[in-house]
Amino acid sequence: MEWLNVIVQGVLLGGLYALFAAGLSLMFGVMRFINIAHGDFIVVAAYLMLVMVLTLGLHPVVGIGMVVILMGIAGYLGQRVLLNRVLDADILPPVLVTFGLSIIIQNSLLETFSADSQRVPSGGFATASLSISQDLAVGVLPLAMFLAAIGVIGVLQYIFFRTPLGRLLRATSDDPDIVPLMGANNGHIFALATALASGVVAVAGTMLAMKTNFDPTIGPSRLLFAFEAVIIGGMGNIWGTLAGGIILGVAQAIGAQIDAGYQILAGHLAFLAVLILRPNGLFAKAKG
Amino acid sequence: MTKLLESRGLTAFYGDFQALFGIDLSVEEGETVAVIGANGAGKSTFLRAVTGLRSAKGQDICFAGTQIAGLPASRIHHLGLAMVPEGRRLFPSLSVEENLLIGGAGKRPGPWSLDEIYSLFPALVSRRHHGGTELSGGQQQMVAIGRALMSNPQLLLCDEISLGLAPKVIREIYEAVPLIRERGTSLVVIEQDIAQALRVADRVYCFQEGRVSLTGRPAEFSRDAIAHAYFGMEDA
Repeated sequence: MEWLNVIVQGVLLGGLYALFAAGLSLMFGVMRFINIAHGDFIVVAAYLMLVMVLTLGLHPVVGIGMVVILMGIAGYLGQRVLLNRVLDADILPPVLVTFGLSIIIQNSLLETFSADSQRVPSGGFATASLSISQDLAVGVLPLAMFLAAIGVIGVLQYIFFRTPLGRLLRATSDDPDIVPLMGANNGHIFALATALASGVVAVAGTMLAMKTNFDPTIGPSRLLFAFEAVIIGGMGNIWGTLAGGIILGVAQAIGAQIDAGYQILAGHLAFLAVLILRPNGLFAKAKG
Repeated sequence: MTKLLESRGLTAFYGDFQALFGIDLSVEEGETVAVIGANGAGKSTFLRAVTGLRSAKGQDICFAGTQIAGLPASRIHHLGLAMVPEGRRLFPSLSVEENLLIGGAGKRPGPWSLDEIYSLFPALVSRRHHGGTELSGGQQQMVAIGRALMSNPQLLLCDEISLGLAPKVIREIYEAVPLIRERGTSLVVIEQDIAQALRVADRVYCFQEGRVSLTGRPAEFSRDAIAHAYFGMEDA
C-alpha cells in the first residue's frame, strides 16, 4: 500500500510536469523555437500569483485568471516585438536570446523579491486531503493540479484539432513559408502560439506557487523537467507530454521513497533510459 | 477590358545575380495568360515577386488598381490574388478538407465553397478525410488548386501544375481551367509543358534568361518562333 501511495503521488506530480512541458512543446512544435527562459517564465508566473494573492488580496482562482491573461498578453507582445526578430532557419539565435532573457528575469526577480523563498498561501486547500482507503490519501491540491493539467491539455487538443486557429498553427508547423499564401501573417500566428503557450505557463506557474516554495533561481531546473517530460512523451504528441510528465513524476516519487536524495536522480535516470531505448520518445507521432 | 495585373520593368536579384531584367507583363480581367520558358528563365521568381513571397519593394506592380509591390504576401492575398505553389506544398498534418478550408480562411466572398471545389474535382470527395499527402500526385494537385480557389481570388497563379504528372492526369487537371474561368477567375499559368499552355491560354509570354522574349496570341506563333524564344536558338 505504501508503494501504491508513492505511485499515486508521483502521478499527481506528473500533472504539474506535463503543464511545465506543454508550453515548451507548443512553441517548439509551431515555430521550432527552443525557449531556454521557459522555466523562468514559469517562475515569473509564480511571482505574479504571489502579487495577486498577497499584495492585491485576490482569491487564488481569480489570481490564476489574472495571471493567465497577463502572461498571454506579455507572450504575444514579446514574440511580436522581440522573438520574431530572431526566428530564422538557424536555431542558435533564439537559444542565445532566451538564455539572455533567463539571466535578466532571474536578476530582476532577485532585485524585486529578494532571494528568500516564497509560497502563495492557499488557505486549508494545500493541506486538505481525501481518504480513499485507510492507507491511501490524496491531497486536494495535487489532485486539483492534476485535473487542471488534464483540462489544459484537453483545451489545447481541442484548439489544435477543432478550430481554425489550430489549423493555422498546424499548417505553420508544417510549412511556414507557404502560410502567407493562405492570407495569414506568420508574425501574428507565431505570437498567438506564444500567447497560448504563455497561458499554459501561467497555469503551471500559479500551481507551482501554491504547491511548493519557490525563489528566483529555480527556473532552469523546471526547464529541465519540462524538456525531460517532452522527450519522454515524444515530440508532437500532446497526450504523450502528459504521459511523459507522469512517468517523470512517478520515477521521482519512487526515487524519493528509496532515499530523499534520489528524487531528482531517479527522474533523470528514467529520462536516460527512454533516450537509450526509444530515442524518439514513447509516443512519438510519425511525421512527414 | 480592364487590366487586372500589370508589372512594369520588374527586376529581381539574387545577390549579384540578376534574375529578371525589366519584365512588362499584364493580365486583363477574365483572361488566361500562359508564361512559358526553360528552367531558370525567371518564371518562378516573377511569380514570387507578384505574390509577395519575395519582396519587390520600390518596384511597380499593380493589382486590381492597387500598388502591391513590397506589400506582405498575406495582404496581397486578401486583395484577391492566390497562388498554387510549385510542388503543390500541401500541409501534411492537415486532411484534404482542412487543406481546403485553410485556403478559405480569409473569407473573401465569391463563388467558391467546399461543395463547389468537390464538384470541380469529384475525385476528392471520397478522400476528404485523408491526409493531404496520402493522395496521388494528381489528386494532390487538385487539392492545391482547390485550396487556392477557396479564397475566391480574382486572379489565380499556377506554378508548374503539370510538373511530375502523367499526361492523362495533366489533361484531367487542365480540364478544370475553363470551368475556373467561367466563374470569373482570371489565370496565369506557368508551364514548361508548352503544348498544354498554348491550348488553354488567350495570350502567352515566353521568358528567356530573365527577359520577355516573345508575347502574343498562341495562334500568331510558328513553331520556329516559339523554339527561338524558348531556347534562344539563332537561325542557322
